[in-house]
Amino acid sequence: MNWEPVIGIEVHVELETASKMFCGCAVDFEAEPNTNVCPVCLGLPGALPVPNRKAIEWITKIGLAFNCSISERSQFHRKNYFYSDQPKNYQISQFDVPVCHDGWLDVMVDGATSRIRINRAHMEEDTGKSIHVGDSGRIHSATETLLNFNRAGVPLVEIVSEADIRSAAQARAYAQDLRTVVAALGVSDAKLEEGSIRFDANVSIRPVGTEPFGTKVEVKNMNSFRSLERAVDYEIRRQGGVLESGGIVHQETRHWDEGEGVTHSMRSKEGSSDYRYFPEPDLLPIEVTDEWRDEIAATLPEMPAARVRRYIALGADGDSASSLAGSEALATLFESAVEAGAPGNVAANWLTGEVTAWSRRESMDVGESALTGEHLRDLAAMVAANSLSSTAAKEVLGYVLAGEGGPVEVATAHDLVQINDSRALEKAVDEVIADNEEQFARLAGGEDKLIGFFVGLVMRVTGGKADPRAATEIIRSRIG
Amino acid sequence: MTELSQLTLVEAAVALRSGECTSVALTESVLHRASLTEASVHAYLTIDRQGAMAAAEASDRRIADEKPIGPLDGLPIALKDNMMTKGIETTASSKILSGYIPPYDGTVVKLLREAGAVFVGKTNMDEFAMGSSTENSAYGPTRNPWNLDTVPGGSSGGSAAAVAAGSALAGLGSDTGGSIRQPAALCGLVGMKPTYGLVSRYGLIAFASSLDQIGPLTRSVQDAAVLYEVIAGHDPHDATSFPGPAPSGTERLGAGVEGLRVGVVNELSGEGIDDEVLAAFRATVDRLANAGAEIVELSLPSTATALSAYYLIAPAECSANLARFDGVRYGLRVEGSTVDEMMSLTRAEGFGSEVIRRILLGTYALSAGYYDAFYGQAQRVRTLIIQEFATAYQQVDVLVSPTAPAPAFELGAKTQDPLSMYMQDICTIPSNLSGHPAMSVPVGLSASGLPIGFQVMAPALGETVMFQVASAIEALSDDIGRPVLEVVAS
Repeated sequence: MNWEPVIGIEVHVELETASKMFCGCAVDFEAEPNTNVCPVCLGLPGALPVPNRKAIEWITKIGLAFNCSISERSQFHRKNYFYSDQPKNYQISQFDVPVCHDGWLDVMVDGATSRIRINRAHMEEDTGKSIHVGDSGRIHSATETLLNFNRAGVPLVEIVSEADIRSAAQARAYAQDLRTVVAALGVSDAKLEEGSIRFDANVSIRPVGTEPFGTKVEVKNMNSFRSLERAVDYEIRRQGGVLESGGIVHQETRHWDEGEGVTHSMRSKEGSSDYRYFPEPDLLPIEVTDEWRDEIAATLPEMPAARVRRYIALGADGDSASSLAGSEALATLFESAVEAGAPGNVAANWLTGEVTAWSRRESMDVGESALTGEHLRDLAAMVAANSLSSTAAKEVLGYVLAGEGGPVEVATAHDLVQINDSRALEKAVDEVIADNEEQFARLAGGEDKLIGFFVGLVMRVTGGKADPRAATEIIRSRIG
Repeated sequence: MTELSQLTLVEAAVALRSGECTSVALTESVLHRASLTEASVHAYLTIDRQGAMAAAEASDRRIADEKPIGPLDGLPIALKDNMMTKGIETTASSKILSGYIPPYDGTVVKLLREAGAVFVGKTNMDEFAMGSSTENSAYGPTRNPWNLDTVPGGSSGGSAAAVAAGSALAGLGSDTGGSIRQPAALCGLVGMKPTYGLVSRYGLIAFASSLDQIGPLTRSVQDAAVLYEVIAGHDPHDATSFPGPAPSGTERLGAGVEGLRVGVVNELSGEGIDDEVLAAFRATVDRLANAGAEIVELSLPSTATALSAYYLIAPAECSANLARFDGVRYGLRVEGSTVDEMMSLTRAEGFGSEVIRRILLGTYALSAGYYDAFYGQAQRVRTLIIQEFATAYQQVDVLVSPTAPAPAFELGAKTQDPLSMYMQDICTIPSNLSGHPAMSVPVGLSASGLPIGFQVMAPALGETVMFQVASAIEALSDDIGRPVLEVVAS
């Protein structure tokens, strides 16, 4: 049977505001355990939450970036469940009226664009972190549990997609593009490895061409785009196998094991969770007036998709434009090179080729290199003027990246400037002809393959700095 | 001169400022009184003798050095044990918080300190403010100084008994369904609940967040107004705090009731109210009429359903508010073989039966499938009550009713019957649901010598007129005096 996966993705984004969602404690992911805590985020008796205006501004920004409608008045709710790293044993979250709803994100896989609808983006607070001390690091075999409440109360945005995703590759593309947008907004450091952006996938499968959804399984603990893609892929195959062998897929939460490349069933909760949501009585509804929303919209940076279109218009090809738009450092260099006067296609090729390769090789961030847009412009100009061969240009770029100076300076210092001073070149050609009269006569007599012999000699006497094309032309002009 | 411990706040403040007495003398008088009465009354959970004396000495120095002094400078005040006091054990009368020392002061505590108040100690209460008799305390009941066989009311019964017995000049209580006004009525005091949002809840252990308010328990209406003015005001730590200036409490004290329209709520002044209480209520209404008030009889039919709505909303909120007491970070911990088991055992051991009853009620009312039938319906009733009150206040300046359905009852009389205990708050609950201010003023004694209270309710931010009417009632009523309490040195 042919199965079609139906996938929805929930993304949690930790906002890097100066202070936490409901108190003045710092949001600082590197602080010593339990140093950024106060009565409010520790849930001490009598403490009350006060909402962080910046976090509301930032979730609005996120919503607008994903084409969401913004609720003029949204409500906080309490989500009740007992867990030792949750100080109040309820989480302040949003239920029926989130700040953002009904948006979308277009993703491209193999040249085909699909629109993934976003159901909602809501505001909540993060929990603390449990460290289970024991052999496996998992709760079952832990001998004790340490709690760090620095993360408790950090503002968290949950972005929930509709079940519009139809393949593991599309799931990955959605997650990657979403992360790119969030990073571009500057509201989160959006680092997967540090958990400041986290993905859960809801996966079900159904026979191709049918409408009803299959039983949904939630997969957690993917900490890279690659594991997300692998986990979803695995889950599609696993569910297919279960159904084809006559079994039934259970609704459950599964944990992705990166090492083994499989999902495991997590200890399932009895029945479905009853969070007993009710309106948070300690907080008034959040109001985002049209005026405030418009002010926030005005601060939105260019979205990655729009940027790609613009880069293509500036001369970059499609793939380069995506690569450039996906990296703030490359994008900044590209823009300043074009602004300085470099041809877009040339700057794009160098940045996505040589410069990216150098960055990988040296494990250096492009943004930390000495390269500037002006350097790229000068380099392009030298190549266009034939003062540098394409091979020499790459060498020059390497020296510039290493911080030796600008292209002109570096090319001169390393003696890489091509001779295209025609008098010097003519002089070299004439010398070579004079030294090889016999061969020249044969060339003039029609033995055209000897042209390479003469060009080679010219290159040798000029120490490789002659422009071979110019040399060829001069030699031919001497044939008469 | 009367014994210092029996003065009103305002009388004591005058005596201090004129040099007639010192704060040390005043505080010693109150502490001495406590040493005589506590064995029988048990108003306090903690008496901070050392802290109180230090604060009193500091106040006397301020006065002697002619430094600026606050409106409550040197005055000994009692705090209900659900208000956070930095460095002083705060338990809300629960075993689960036994030994808990808060690392911070609640906003009202901070404001009182800034006003120069001397804290005598932390008073007994119904556990987590759940109850109407101060018998639901893990540390034993408080007794009513007017008759030691009776209850002081609750849940602020400790503060009320302390003020009535003379072991504090005034006290703070918290009122979720009547917990300031009902004990005020039963102990012969003035008790006042401000408009929701006028007094910060930051540092008050939450029972039902949308209903809780802190307010004064005092020996006079003027004292209540003074204390109210100190604690009211915007607090950036409480998101539900009213952003504007609080209405004055003292501005129209003694201005009489000539021309004011006073609404008598039929549903709250008939069925279920004790005859003696009703007679005292009617007599007071007549006095107000004679003093020039226009009396309007009116009906607020939804108040009949207020009690039911309250007993869904308050438990629902408390089920979440009390979830934080789990043995993980502070307070009692009973070890178990898993985290879940540790939490369950801790909560089973740490909470008393009334608290457990309400957590279960609230959990049930919020659970999937019951939300609409219970919590949702209760919120709709609440909206109706708010609308009915709003309509009523278009016709009248204040509404009046008895405060409690009967004078103080005997200890143990209602402990086995939660519903009859819940009926104690039948007159006080509507204004908690509406968020409006209300207060109780003593208007007489029953045949058996127990105080009877009269309730004045006002629209949101209507404190000024409420105090005006209350001061008129106080002036028109016979002084009930102070309880005669046989004391033995302990």
